[in-house]
Amino acid sequence: MMFKRMPIGAAIGLVITIALLVVAIFAPWIAPYPGSRVLGGVWEPSSAQFWLGTDNLGRDLLSRMIYGARITVFIAVASTALAFTLGSILGFMAAVIGGWFDTLMSRFVDLLMSIPTLIFGLVVLSVLPSTIPILILVMGILDSTRVYRLSRAVAADINVMDFVEAAKLRGEGTGWIIFREILPNALSPLVSELGLRFIYAVLFLSALSFLGLGVQPPDADWGGMVRENREGIVFGIPAALIPAGAIAALAISVNLVADWILNRTTDLKGGRGNA
Amino acid sequence: MGAHPVLTLIAQRIALGFLLLLAVSVLIFLGTEILPGDVAQSILGQAATPQALENLRRELGLNDPAYVRYFRWLGGVMTGDLGTALSNRLDIASSIWPRLKNTLFLAFWAAIVSVPLAILLGLIAVRYRNGFVDKTISGLALSATSLPEFFIGYVLMYVFAVQLGWFPSVSTVYDTMPFADRMRAIALPATALTLVVLAHMMRMTRAAILNVMQSAYIETAELKGLSLFEIIRKHAFPNAIAPIVNVVMLNLAFLVVGVVVIEVIFVYPGMGQYLVDHVSKRDVPVVQAVGLIFAAVYIGLNLVADIVAILANPRLRHRR
Amino acid sequence: MPEEPIHLKGAPLLDIRDLKIEATVYPPDEDPHDITIVDGVSLTLHKGKVLGLIGESGAGKSTIGLSPMAYGRGGVRITGGEVLVNGRDMLKEGHRKVRRLRGREVCYVAQSAAAAFNPAHKLMDQVVEATLKHGVSSRREAEARAVELFRKLSLPDPENIGKRYPHQVSGGQLQRVMTAMALCSQPDLIIFDEPTTALDVTTQIDVLAAIKEAIRDTGVAALYITHDLAVVAQVSDEIMVLRHGKMVEWGDTRQIIDQPRETYTQQLVAAHHVEHDEQAPEGTPLLSVKNVTAAYGGGHINVLKNVSVDILPGQTLAVVGESGSGKSTLARAITGLLPPKEGAISFDGRELPARLADRKREDLRELQMIYQMADVAMNPRQTVSTIIGRPLEFYFDMRGAERDKRVNELLEKIEMGRGFADRYPAELSGGQKQRVCIARALAANPKLIICDEVTSALDPLVANGILKLLLELQKQEQVSYLFITHDIATVRAIADSIAVMYRGEVVRYGQKSKVLEPPFDDYTQLLLSSVPEMEIGWLEKAIAGRRMAAAGN
Repeated sequence: MMFKRMPIGAAIGLVITIALLVVAIFAPWIAPYPGSRVLGGVWEPSSAQFWLGTDNLGRDLLSRMIYGARITVFIAVASTALAFTLGSILGFMAAVIGGWFDTLMSRFVDLLMSIPTLIFGLVVLSVLPSTIPILILVMGILDSTRVYRLSRAVAADINVMDFVEAAKLRGEGTGWIIFREILPNALSPLVSELGLRFIYAVLFLSALSFLGLGVQPPDADWGGMVRENREGIVFGIPAALIPAGAIAALAISVNLVADWILNRTTDLKGGRGNA
Repeated sequence: MGAHPVLTLIAQRIALGFLLLLAVSVLIFLGTEILPGDVAQSILGQAATPQALENLRRELGLNDPAYVRYFRWLGGVMTGDLGTALSNRLDIASSIWPRLKNTLFLAFWAAIVSVPLAILLGLIAVRYRNGFVDKTISGLALSATSLPEFFIGYVLMYVFAVQLGWFPSVSTVYDTMPFADRMRAIALPATALTLVVLAHMMRMTRAAILNVMQSAYIETAELKGLSLFEIIRKHAFPNAIAPIVNVVMLNLAFLVVGVVVIEVIFVYPGMGQYLVDHVSKRDVPVVQAVGLIFAAVYIGLNLVADIVAILANPRLRHRR
Repeated sequence: MPEEPIHLKGAPLLDIRDLKIEATVYPPDEDPHDITIVDGVSLTLHKGKVLGLIGESGAGKSTIGLSPMAYGRGGVRITGGEVLVNGRDMLKEGHRKVRRLRGREVCYVAQSAAAAFNPAHKLMDQVVEATLKHGVSSRREAEARAVELFRKLSLPDPENIGKRYPHQVSGGQLQRVMTAMALCSQPDLIIFDEPTTALDVTTQIDVLAAIKEAIRDTGVAALYITHDLAVVAQVSDEIMVLRHGKMVEWGDTRQIIDQPRETYTQQLVAAHHVEHDEQAPEGTPLLSVKNVTAAYGGGHINVLKNVSVDILPGQTLAVVGESGSGKSTLARAITGLLPPKEGAISFDGRELPARLADRKREDLRELQMIYQMADVAMNPRQTVSTIIGRPLEFYFDMRGAERDKRVNELLEKIEMGRGFADRYPAELSGGQKQRVCIARALAANPKLIICDEVTSALDPLVANGILKLLLELQKQEQVSYLFITHDIATVRAIADSIAVMYRGEVVRYGQKSKVLEPPFDDYTQLLLSSVPEMEIGWLEKAIAGRRMAAAGN
């Protein structure tokens, strides 16, 4: 029923998102060749053997794209999950507890957000090694500031509503108030934000890798593949555009779905079925 | 009585900006202290003798505690001394200056094109709200906000530099370059930057104008028999100017960050390229200096946005 | 169809025939569809006459009111009928002609003048804008006329008030400036859309008198839209009663007030006739507030000053006052949400800790609260049975079938029935929501319920039902009420004793019969004399009484 009135854009977005997720999860079973084996000449055009051609070292581009999807999606999902857990728990706590905790957290987040994320990421990565756990950690923590702001704002709005006051007057504890009164009402904006944060994580990771500071060779996410193949552009070889286009497709698809979720749940009407 | 409250507010806001910048400098310094990464080791390499390392550490003052080094660095920054690059032993301030000029040149032209265009598109979308034009513009903008910078950059390069040959694919600029050549060189990166911020700025402009247009006083003006043009000029514009300036400033801040990736794509000799090169070389003093400058520009633009909002607010300008 | 009242001769100024207004709604899970907001309404209005449009929310009165300006608010479309203004059908005129009429022949006074004025311009510029736009007069003449109107509307400093910005002027004054703005271009018709609803009663009477005088002196015709029959009775020559977008009754004001023909009109006229006999002040107080002083945020400005009141078991104390009187703060102090700086609160013979966190569960259970806005007082993601059942679980550890049985009993008590148990708040009407809130309070078996403006967001007939229910429940359960309200009529209907509050202090306190009997203190006198009564000529009497009182001082 929920999907019945889905606009065409959101439907396409959903299909592409799911397809890319499936590819990412089942990469080893789908990819025709191992991702890092040199199989042919440099930048061969697409053929029956290599559907998307070969890359700057003669590896199969399609297989690398499929494995790249895996790395891209994995890191983006992990850092989004970290950002969400950290940001929403601290944000809810700040809204409900208030006082010095709220002031301290909020000022610190203001400070972190006054430096552009990419710049601060670069500063930190100038001393830290670009391993996958560190990338996840850095991206997750930097991005949690935005989730914190949103959850705090949403929770603070709900926290002053009379039904929360009624629960407080009844004598309910903080746990009940956060999980039973506030959370169910904060879910819709957070779910839509989840999509946007995921896109942001994909774009942030791709930018880092493109700059050579993200995933390190021989592994490559899509951003890293753009970097590997970028010299070809000048010679008229569009290999770099394929991973770049894939990032764009993923980001647009998730955006369309998130926008649809946001539009159909902006009313805080509650009731049935629009979580 | 004291000064006018608006002046007080602006003074407070500026003071807060400086305080924030100071706190940011601490954060950037701490960011490079996360690992007890030894700068001496990274200069001399793994094969260095302990004696040579110790000498260099003493020379660079690395044996002092972190807060001493922070204040020494901060004192230098205040007096315009950004220190010396580890990788090539050059003075950072004099290396940065020409690159900063290049970056500002690029950002300036991108802003000159994108700001009026975004506001115009925003106005058009509001004018035909919920109609075909609005839906098309808004839909395209929604998609465009999720495009990575390098996608835009390389598509432009592939089409206009490689296939059509209209512009150079690598944006080399030098000091004595004639203005026309310089503009031709930055045409593609400036277009890419414009596209990066355009969609976002247009969406925010549309929202800001819509917010004003839905106010009750717009209805009042309509019920006075004013024409749409008069309503916009006399009633919407004075109230929309602050939110729009706010949107523009925020997006110029995005633009300054977007510069990093765009410069790398087009191999443009600006601050972004400089930063990325030195991050890979783990040249901490350069990273700190460039990071601080980027943060300062970002904070400064946000400061301007806030000040405009204060100035445009009649409740603050005219006291009770 | 009621007969058309007798009019002056000549063609009417405004002639609406068979008006139909529709809007498209976009529910989240359904296809967009059209709904009819106004259906087949006809009316005529002659020069210099005032027609009151009255009805509950959703009756379509504002929508009808805007039709002479050919304006549909928020996507509303006029789809049928004719709207003739000075003989021309506004629905058939082009944009340009409609604009020439707006602000010239027909002007509009909105409910919230504070939002309707542009914050960026001085009042005078906005007041004369339409006059200049339509070339009625020169700027100098227009400004002179504006000052004249400011004076007529009793605005302070009429020469200079136009130099101010909207935020520098109070709400009641802004409403008068907006009336001056409407009158400035010398229109034939003004539409007043609930112009006094957002104001306090003591301010409302002044604005009402000013509007009435201005209408009389300028000879302008008016459509006066309101939900308050007593208000409209003061200013209108005729009244039209609307419900669900259709006309119920249309007649002379005197006829509508004294001899309403339709049942719905009769109910509206009788709205406040709830019967309750005052109970004798017997027994030891259940709740005793002694010398309580409280301030927000540990500040120095006391919002409650040395307040002392008692509530007797099974009785109702009404706390009455205007906005800013501290009446809601008193409730917050009693519940422990705002611990008092000084003073003590004792409940059922024991002293209550000042802070909510220090109170025992039993204290919390026996003292329940009902809110003004029932929609935000219930979690929109919980069903009615969860909302009512939670206090049962929480205080009495009732679960499963036992709990469900009790929930159903409570639903019966509030006259709703068990069919509502699985509904969400969004699926209830305004009155039903408030009933569920009452049931939630009752579920705790409380000794005292604090009712904070529980009827003021409801339409009069629905509010009446809620008051009757509360009184009935009081008889059954012997529960006490602390009833906070700004509405004297509600106080008369329900109270046993009354505390009148003004700027944080109790200025008058005692048995209802004593508080509402003269001699009054100045503020109570002002408050009581400001409450519109459903009686023609009340406004003149009240204003005259006030002038005499002022002269006597």
